[in-house]
Amino acid sequence: MNEKILMKGNEALAEGAVRAGCRFFSGYPITPQNEIPEYMSWRLPEVGGTFIQAESEVSAINMLFGASACGIRVMTSSSGPGISLKQEGISYISGAELPIFYADIMRGGPGLGNIAPAQGDYFQATRGGGHGDYRVIVFAPNSVSEMGNFPKICYELADKYRVPTMVLADGLLGQMMEPIVYNFEPVDPKDLPEKDYTLGCAEGRERRVIRSYDLRPGYLEKNTLRLGEKFKKIEENEVRYEKINLEGADIVIVAFGTASRVCKSAIPLGKEDGIKIGLLRPITLWPFPMKVLNQIADKVENILVVEMNIGQMVEDVKLAVEGKAKVHFYGRPSGGIPTTEEIFEQVKKILKR
Amino acid sequence: MKEKKVFKRTKGLTDIPMRYCPGCGHGIIHRLVAEVIEELGVLKRTIGIAPVGCSVFADEYFNCDMIQPAHGRGPAVATGIKRTRPDCIVFSYQGDGDLASIGMAETVHACARSENITIIFVNNAIYGMTGGQMAPTTLIGMKSTTTPFGRDVKVAGYPIKVCELLAPLEAPGYLVRVSVHKASQVMKAKKAIKKAFQVQMDGLGFSLVEIISPCPTDWFLTSLQAVEFAEKQMIPYFPLGEFKTPYKKEEVKKEAKEGIEVEYRTDFN
Amino acid sequence: MYQGVIISGFGGQGIISAGILLAYSGMVEGKYVTFFPAYGAEMRGGTANCSVVVSSEEVASPVVAHPDTLIVMNEPSLLRFEPSVKSGGLLLLNSSLVSAKPKRDDAETVFIPANSIAEKIGTIKVANMVMLGAFAKKTGAINIDSIIKTLPKVYTKAKEDMLKKNEEALRKGMEV
Repeated sequence: MNEKILMKGNEALAEGAVRAGCRFFSGYPITPQNEIPEYMSWRLPEVGGTFIQAESEVSAINMLFGASACGIRVMTSSSGPGISLKQEGISYISGAELPIFYADIMRGGPGLGNIAPAQGDYFQATRGGGHGDYRVIVFAPNSVSEMGNFPKICYELADKYRVPTMVLADGLLGQMMEPIVYNFEPVDPKDLPEKDYTLGCAEGRERRVIRSYDLRPGYLEKNTLRLGEKFKKIEENEVRYEKINLEGADIVIVAFGTASRVCKSAIPLGKEDGIKIGLLRPITLWPFPMKVLNQIADKVENILVVEMNIGQMVEDVKLAVEGKAKVHFYGRPSGGIPTTEEIFEQVKKILKR
Repeated sequence: MKEKKVFKRTKGLTDIPMRYCPGCGHGIIHRLVAEVIEELGVLKRTIGIAPVGCSVFADEYFNCDMIQPAHGRGPAVATGIKRTRPDCIVFSYQGDGDLASIGMAETVHACARSENITIIFVNNAIYGMTGGQMAPTTLIGMKSTTTPFGRDVKVAGYPIKVCELLAPLEAPGYLVRVSVHKASQVMKAKKAIKKAFQVQMDGLGFSLVEIISPCPTDWFLTSLQAVEFAEKQMIPYFPLGEFKTPYKKEEVKKEAKEGIEVEYRTDFN
Repeated sequence: MYQGVIISGFGGQGIISAGILLAYSGMVEGKYVTFFPAYGAEMRGGTANCSVVVSSEEVASPVVAHPDTLIVMNEPSLLRFEPSVKSGGLLLLNSSLVSAKPKRDDAETVFIPANSIAEKIGTIKVANMVMLGAFAKKTGAINIDSIIKTLPKVYTKAKEDMLKKNEEALRKGMEV
């Protein structure tokens, strides 16, 4: 049994990745994620891993491309502006079908924005982010405990489907300290199954090629369709969410990450006023919990989407409910963190109480 | 009369026919690199990195594990590979646009970090695959599809001399410029490539072989004219020779005794 | 029970470590806790500050906009955070360094000469512990023994002698 410890979100994430078998990290400084590379710079050498501070985010993601091609568990992290730069590499890595894990500790934007917590990178994360047809499995933790425990699931899914996986958190989750208990034993990379596509010693086997292109007419279409099938399978099997207080709810709030914590605290306020507030928290943002939201829309008239942006996930919610319920939105972008009272005000306004 | 084998295919190349234009230097350079890998006995533990550009298909031609990353990112990918598999020999094959324009940061920093990798840098002063646009090494006054009146330094600046740019850094182990524009230079180029791989095998850090290579198609010249252009125009601006070597005179003498063929300073001019 | 706390002072006054210690002690008592530092550009603003929540319920947000208790270690911190204190809240003031008088009459203020007390113990470094001791006593949000028990977990490099001084400071703070 692992001990309960008090940890910073960024450090919990880094430690979680190392415990999940990460042995290679390259990154570039940007607030509010600096604790991750700083932690990795001393922690990885302890376990025989490699840490490199790259000359740019572009270079960092490409170092991951090379290291992942050699079969080990790899990680990078950044905040919005840096994640934008990494998109080129993430697209190539998706095309080459290599597993990687990365984290976006979001800040205010667009542009240089600010370093305050925000959720403005939802679109970028859930739509792949770079060029071409691909998706990334996106986990949205809402506590330090999940920051530390999600990397292991991310690595397992990345290896299983040969796709990039990521944690989408914000400066608040990255910077805050909270108790955490690691719910898994450290993974020894030696115990992981060998991959049959990695580069290295070709003794006794055919040479291997890792590439993301196919210029022969018609071939790439077939391959991209195959990727599409893979993504469909992920959508069928890997949706994760948390349902709270949904039975007989007067209104259902949909929120992820930091916003979902605040929304959860509005539930007892509702109780005092005789309003039953339900909460659906998507844990995977892609694949998005479409089905369960559609079912919720059969039973409830009003859905309130709360985000720390000007309205991104709300579009997925609207797609999911197919017009069966009214979808309302409340957003606080670029450093605004909604308060419990604000959320409850919105609920009362919608329900005309 | 007994038959004597004087020429054979190298195991370092696959038997896929190359698609390069007549008079292009890529085919020669591929062969030289492949022969070196075979001769050094490291074919089964070599990982090659193909560029974006004409030689994007290098991953079909080299008979070793290959990876094909984004334009210019070869040295970063090589870094990730070499740090993960230090037992492997890693080379990144790059053109001038790939290495000296979009990938300049990756090149300089891999060099500054003294990554123990080998870079084969093919300098033909033009973007070949995209159809002959100006490269970072396009000569002053040279015509390209984006400098139709010739490269004007007031508009497009000066061509970059990569070896000269990297040489002042503390880190590089081996920097050399050779050419494959004519037969007499080809064997010298091979010597340089071999030395570069040897530097990596000796763990002496970053090695880069810049190779002047003709591109008759995008130079709008015949193959013969292209040779003359390389000789008369390219080489005067990009002088051949070694810019940095890690071997010290005494060490080399000692190693030579042990049968390892390493020269302290090779004259490539 | 919910205690939202802001601790604020100069860099070097042990603001961050006091906050971590408080959160850690709460965790040891089985309470829900969060610690949230001011980070980035804010670190250059003349005050170092952090938010700590100790609660019997899950903590919604670690950002404390309106503290139940404000621990003020220097004068700029009083100017900056005094207006945000909850009505009926508590203001613990390091009177060794703060000469200005708080304007709020709807919050209880306790003046604690933390630096003088710490100096008598042997080092002004433990002034933060004097304040924490006073906090434990005034709010009852946390047991002083939990804090003392947690000291070596937060100050992992501290020598036995320094831990003793911290403990003494905590106890002196209780007497205020």
